Parts: sequence; C-alpha cells; structure tokens
Amino acid sequence: MDEKLKRDIILDNYQNPMNRGLTDSNGYIKVNTRNSSCVDNVDVMAKLKDGVFIDIRFDGEACAISTSATSIMIKTLIGKTIAETEKIIDNYEKMINEEEEYDKDLLGELCVYDTVSKQPSRKKCATLPFESIKKIIALAKDTK
Amino acid sequence: MNREDFSMLENNIIYFDNGATTLKPKPVVNAVIDYYTKYTANAHRGDYNISQIVDSKYEEVRDEVKDFIKASRRDEIVFTKGTTESINTVVFGFMNTYLQEKDEVLITKSEHASNILPWLELAKRKGIVVKFIPLNENHEVTIDNIEKVITSKTKVISLAHVTNVVGDIRPIEEIGKLCKDKNILFVVDAAQSIGHLPIDVVKCNISFLGFSAHKMLGPTGIGVLYGKYELLNKLSPIEYGGGMNSYFESSGELEYKDLPERLEAGTQNIAGVLGMGEAIKYLKKIGLDNIHKYEVELKKYAVTRLKEVPNIKIYNANSNSGIIVFNINKIFSQDLAAFLNHFNICVRAGNHCAKIVKEEINVSNTCRASFYFYNTKEEIDALVDALKKQDKIFDIIL
Repeated sequence: MDEKLKRDIILDNYQNPMNRGLTDSNGYIKVNTRNSSCVDNVDVMAKLKDGVFIDIRFDGEACAISTSATSIMIKTLIGKTIAETEKIIDNYEKMINEEEEYDKDLLGELCVYDTVSKQPSRKKCATLPFESIKKIIALAKDTK
Repeated sequence: MNREDFSMLENNIIYFDNGATTLKPKPVVNAVIDYYTKYTANAHRGDYNISQIVDSKYEEVRDEVKDFIKASRRDEIVFTKGTTESINTVVFGFMNTYLQEKDEVLITKSEHASNILPWLELAKRKGIVVKFIPLNENHEVTIDNIEKVITSKTKVISLAHVTNVVGDIRPIEEIGKLCKDKNILFVVDAAQSIGHLPIDVVKCNISFLGFSAHKMLGPTGIGVLYGKYELLNKLSPIEYGGGMNSYFESSGELEYKDLPERLEAGTQNIAGVLGMGEAIKYLKKIGLDNIHKYEVELKKYAVTRLKEVPNIKIYNANSNSGIIVFNINKIFSQDLAAFLNHFNICVRAGNHCAKIVKEEINVSNTCRASFYFYNTKEEIDALVDALKKQDKIFDIIL
C-alpha cells in the first residue's frame, strides 16, 4: 500500500474514529486495557450474539496509532465470529512482529500498520486494541 | 557547560530527559572502567593489594556522600540500588514496626510512585492511614497546608524534595523544623533534587533520605539511604547473608555487624559505588548552586520561548527547577514525543510514574522536558522550532 494512502487511512481513523463513546445498554462485555509504558488507557466494550460481534465500542486516552488501530479493528471485526476474529488477530500479530507470512486479504485495512515494527515503541500501541478483544473473547468463552 | 565531558552529546541528540536519568561524564565512565580493568576485586576482604585498593576506594565514597549531604556520621550512609530501594527499606524495615494501626503518614498526590506505593502497601498490611497534604494553586506544598492536616496521630511526613512532574522545590528546612516541633519523622525522596540542589540533612532535620546516583551523573543501580543514626540503628535489615554478619553458629547463635554493613548484605554494586563517588566529585567541582542557578535560567528562557508556540499549554511555568511539562492542544503526548524524536529531541511522555498527580494538574499525560547543566539555550531554540512545525506531525510520525 502506498505510504501516503496508509497515512491518510490512519489519520482519518484517528480524527474520526468508529464507535468512539461507550454505551449503557445491556449485553456488553467491557474491559480496560493500558499500555504498560503507562500512557494509553482505553475501555473497549463488545456485544456478541450467537458468537458473532454485533457491536464494538471504545473510549479513552490513546495516541494516534492506538486510537486509529482501535477504529480500524472495530470496522474489521463487526460481523465476524469469534473464530474468524481469532484468525485475524493471529495474522495481525504475525504482521506486527514481522514473524512470518500472513494473510493480507484477511487483514484488509489493518495492513496500514505493516511497517509499525520499524518504531518498536509503537508496536504496543498498534496491538493494544487487540489485547482488549482477546480479553473480551476470554470472558465470552468463560460465561458460555 | 562542560559539554565536552559527555560522550553521549557527540551523538547528535538533544537530551531533555534528565528527570529520568542524566548522561554520564567521562570521569564517571572511567571510574567504572578502571574498576573492571585495573582492580577488579570484592570489597571488605583486603587479603591482597587490589582488594585493599577497592576497599579503601569503596569506603572513601561513603565519606564523599556524607560530606555531600552534610550528614554527621559516615555510618549513617547505606548504599542501596536507588531511591526506590531506599524508601522501601525505610517503610518495610523501620516503619512497619514503628507505626501502629491508625497512625497517619502525610504525603502528596504529586509524589513519584516510589514514595506512594510503599506507604499504601503498609496501609493495607498494618492499617496505617495515608493522608494527602492539599497543594496550593501552583501545586506546591505550603507549611500552612501541612499544619492543617497534622493531627495527634501524624507520625511521618514523606515528601520529594523536588517533584518529578511539577518540579516544585519543597521548603524542606521549614518542614523539617515543623517535624521537630511536632515530633514527626521526616522522610525525603531526593531523587530529583540530589544533583541539582544542595542539601543539609542535619539542618533540615531529615530522619531518612533516599536518592539514586543515575539522576546525578552516576551509574544506574546504585543509590543511597541516609538515616539519622538512632533511627537507622533500629531499622531491621531486609536482606540477610554475607557481609552483614559478625558470626553465626549452627546453634543459631549469631550477631550482625554494626551500621552501615548490617544493611549491606551480599556483594555490593562496587563499580556503581565508585562511579557515584566520581559523580559527586564532579558535581562538587561545578557547584550545585551554580547548577541550580543555570537550570532556573534555562527554565525561564524555555517558558518565554515556548509561549511563542501555537496551541501550547505549560503546566508548571512557575516552578523553580529545570523541569517543564507541556502539551500541544489536540496532540497526544506520546505522539508529540515521537514527533520530537524525529528531530533527535528526547523528551518523556506520559504520566512520569506520578499517576495521581493528574488529580492536581487535571491532565493525565504530558510531555516533560527536564534540563541539566549541559543543556543550552540553543537546544531550547531547536525545541521551539520543532514545536512550531506541529502541523506536520502526522506526516512525520505516521
């Protein structure tokens, strides 16, 4: 992907993030995740129906990478099953850690972070929203 | 000043994170190298020449520290791995028996985690009460405000000499006098002040004081616990083992050494101690008064110049030390730090380990530039120039 296009997607999701703001409605699982370097502090809440994410919302204080990654993640995961989500997370982490081949088609817009590992301090920011979703999946499986 | 002594400054960086750790001048680095290349041996053994050299150099540093903080006895100086260990040793080796349930300890919300969490942990374990001294509109401690919260149950006041976010200098001499009058113990976290301001532990009636060498030109992993002899002598060691005992028998009969060895179990960070000794000598040569004066000059210059930057908010323009905390409106502090990094300017972003100061300054994340004597006005100009390019931030960091 062209660097300018990547930047525009990140910036757009940072300045106009998807589903920012929490809800008091019932049926959501809510978690709080903080960056261990003690800056980002984000609440994520998700509603699942029959194992499918039907809504995900977030709020909190976070940097441009973390906020935009949360927004793009929300866009990507709404409508996905837990199993599909787990596969996306797995591929996303492979991309961030530059470990091995990953499925670009599966990640879609999330590929804008494919060079984030060049700034090691920002890797945590890019993976922060997925830490929240992993916690939510664990809680959802627990309550089953 | 003295920039030529700092090899790190040859790396084309503008280092404004001195509140986190300072750079090390060549004499300090050389002292560490000399220990590892010319006389590597353990201390307190003395069976051969190089071991004697280590022993005497190690103990000379204790004298250096004693003079540096104007303590009255050399055995009031204990080497630790830093401020955190020093404060924890005081809290869990002394205060855990000295304090009783419902006794009150006064701190503030602008303390560093290492002067909050040990007390909160002791509160959980022993039921002591931790109270926060209200701060004034400049987020400073005043004698009036301390007096307002002192009760008959107040047994300890524990404060940073200089705080690491607001950068205010506490009136420790007056607070020490108040503590003396009210029979309260006074614990001082000198991490942010030790390499910047002179201190006199006797004149300030300080009961215990802790600091780290790495924030005053010295190596990491070494620091000091000072305790007034009568108090320090009642502090139970946290660690037991070699170097701190006089003898022990299988019957369980044993005796521990006198101060300070009793509180220095195990092989110590000898290279660190020697580096710290060199750092103290170096600081004495420049003079802490000169350092403070220069830092205040830099701070005033920075405040004046930074006011030219659009959308900037400075949170501690009035504090009289080399720390300046700021944000640019609508830019997250970590993004701003990443942006400045692009210009090789090192600042710290976040809450600076003072996670409840947000209740005082009403913002949880800031950028902090903390100056030292090797910083220059030209470097501040470079910071201002970079911040003026703020509209380019996302082109640069994304």
